Amino acid sequence: MRLLAPNAVVEGHILFDRDKDVLQMSDEELRNFRWKSVSLIPQGSMSSLDPVIPVGNQITEAIRAHNKVSKNEAWKNAEKLLSSVSIHPSRAKNYPHEFSGGMKQRAVTAMALALNPRLVIADEPTTALDVVVQKQLLLVLRNLQKSFGISFLFVSHDLSVIGEIADRVAVMYAGKIVEIGMKDMVLKHPSHPYTQALVNSVPKVFGSRQLLHSIPGSPPTGIWPKGCRFHPRCQFAFGLCREREPELQLAATGALASCHLISKPGKEEAIQK
Amino acid sequence: MQLVEDRVLDVQNVKVYFQRRERLIGRKTVIHAVDDVTLNLSKGETLSLVGESGSGKSTLARTVMKLNVLTAGAILFHDEDIFKQNRKKSKEYRRRVQMIFQDPYESLNPQTTVFNAVIEPRIIHGLVRGSDEKEEAASRLLNLVGLDSSTKLYRYPHELSGGERQRVAIARALSLEPELLVADEPVSMLDVSIRLGVLNLLQSLKQDFKLTYLVITHDLGVARYVGTRIAVMYFGQIVEVAETDELINHPMHHYTNLLLSSIPGSENPQPLAVDADVDFSYSAADPPSGCRFRTRCPYAQEKCASTEPKLTELAQGHFVACHYPLNA
Repeated sequence: MRLLAPNAVVEGHILFDRDKDVLQMSDEELRNFRWKSVSLIPQGSMSSLDPVIPVGNQITEAIRAHNKVSKNEAWKNAEKLLSSVSIHPSRAKNYPHEFSGGMKQRAVTAMALALNPRLVIADEPTTALDVVVQKQLLLVLRNLQKSFGISFLFVSHDLSVIGEIADRVAVMYAGKIVEIGMKDMVLKHPSHPYTQALVNSVPKVFGSRQLLHSIPGSPPTGIWPKGCRFHPRCQFAFGLCREREPELQLAATGALASCHLISKPGKEEAIQK
Repeated sequence: MQLVEDRVLDVQNVKVYFQRRERLIGRKTVIHAVDDVTLNLSKGETLSLVGESGSGKSTLARTVMKLNVLTAGAILFHDEDIFKQNRKKSKEYRRRVQMIFQDPYESLNPQTTVFNAVIEPRIIHGLVRGSDEKEEAASRLLNLVGLDSSTKLYRYPHELSGGERQRVAIARALSLEPELLVADEPVSMLDVSIRLGVLNLLQSLKQDFKLTYLVITHDLGVARYVGTRIAVMYFGQIVEVAETDELINHPMHHYTNLLLSSIPGSENPQPLAVDADVDFSYSAADPPSGCRFRTRCPYAQEKCASTEPKLTELAQGHFVACHYPLNA
């Protein structure tokens, strides 16, 4: 979204529609790109609504900033958007404080959809919600995806939520993607030791009860270790891990993972277990 | 049933109301944060208190810590009413009951070293003398919670990671050798990869020191991992209490069932259409009549609006407050 502070050094390319490089866009192109092509549901978006403006007006404002439509038309549109996230259209004139947390979150989701974007980036949209409300939001998102064909980039630390909503999963550690693949490959048969440890460290509500183990150490902050960035916390680490950074490579499950063990014969089974 | 001698904490019909004056109209409203809660804790057990935000879990925990005043009811610690203690007894109570807070980024004083943070309670209670003794006691505490005392003792909180800070907070709580630990969302602020380390630490400390825990959490996975029993709170009241596995496998209250079926990956069938959003015409100041869950409950009938269901033992050790329980 190019929302980083000006001191951020960004290299590489971010291509939208195969050829439009987001990093090269002019201000005007960017203005057209944001919200219309890609929209963002920011983290903690429940508190990103303006408390002194009715929710409907906030949605209308976004629509009218991008499209030349009458106030009336935009308002009708806002009502339609709210009902698409299971909020009664009559609530559009309410202020944010008259909404519950889950409703606010859904209203922000409705706002993100206002200009029919093709991609929605949702940053921890369920984190502050209770399980009951979370479930409802996930259902709403899935229905939107079905009926409008929107793609979602869903950012979350909650593996159970990801298991519920995702088609593909990419696992990040210390600034890098360490594993990427279809949901079941990554979550059910992880190929990277970090993914495996992460999956095993979440206490589950159902299924057998067992002693779980956490990942030793704590996540590095900013200064990455030499070699594989996970090696200081990895129980499988060997000499090579301390020296060379592994590249993403095809694992037995079909997922891509960056771990030296994958090319070391016989070792991959050890992780799978 | 457990023997009464094993009873550590007895919460009897506790009500905690807060009065608030609306600034413009001058009208008084009363918030029913905790409304008629009864529960008990036996030695060596872990009771997990679960419920949505605003259900009164933390208020109840803070009341047990004597950080709130009771409106009605009583809390007994080893059969002694904690709100009728003299100063000396009160200080003694505060030594024997300690709390771990949710956010280790806020619960530690940023200007205090780890050493001071963990040793201060012992100084206040006159349990250590002399600098050698202090340093030895502080090192021992850090080692207990899995921190290296040789490198971490004189650090400040900002030099520690979240998990380390929470360990320091635990060491601080342990420094007075308490019997009862109240943990309010002990891992919810921590990175997923280190949560389990803290939970396992709490479990092993419990065994080593024969501690009793009251754990507040919104995460049923955590509740199940640490708890021997689970109590479910809704709108200031306890709606269901049972042994952990009993509660998860045979929920009897419709709210518990809703919670369980909402968990991703749950195989419990979601009950009929339930409105996930609390009806806004009701609030903790003006709760619904009868059963408080009836406004969201698909099985609600007339009786639910007229009569408040009482917490009743429907199976061995399984208490439910519902007129039309599931699986009964």
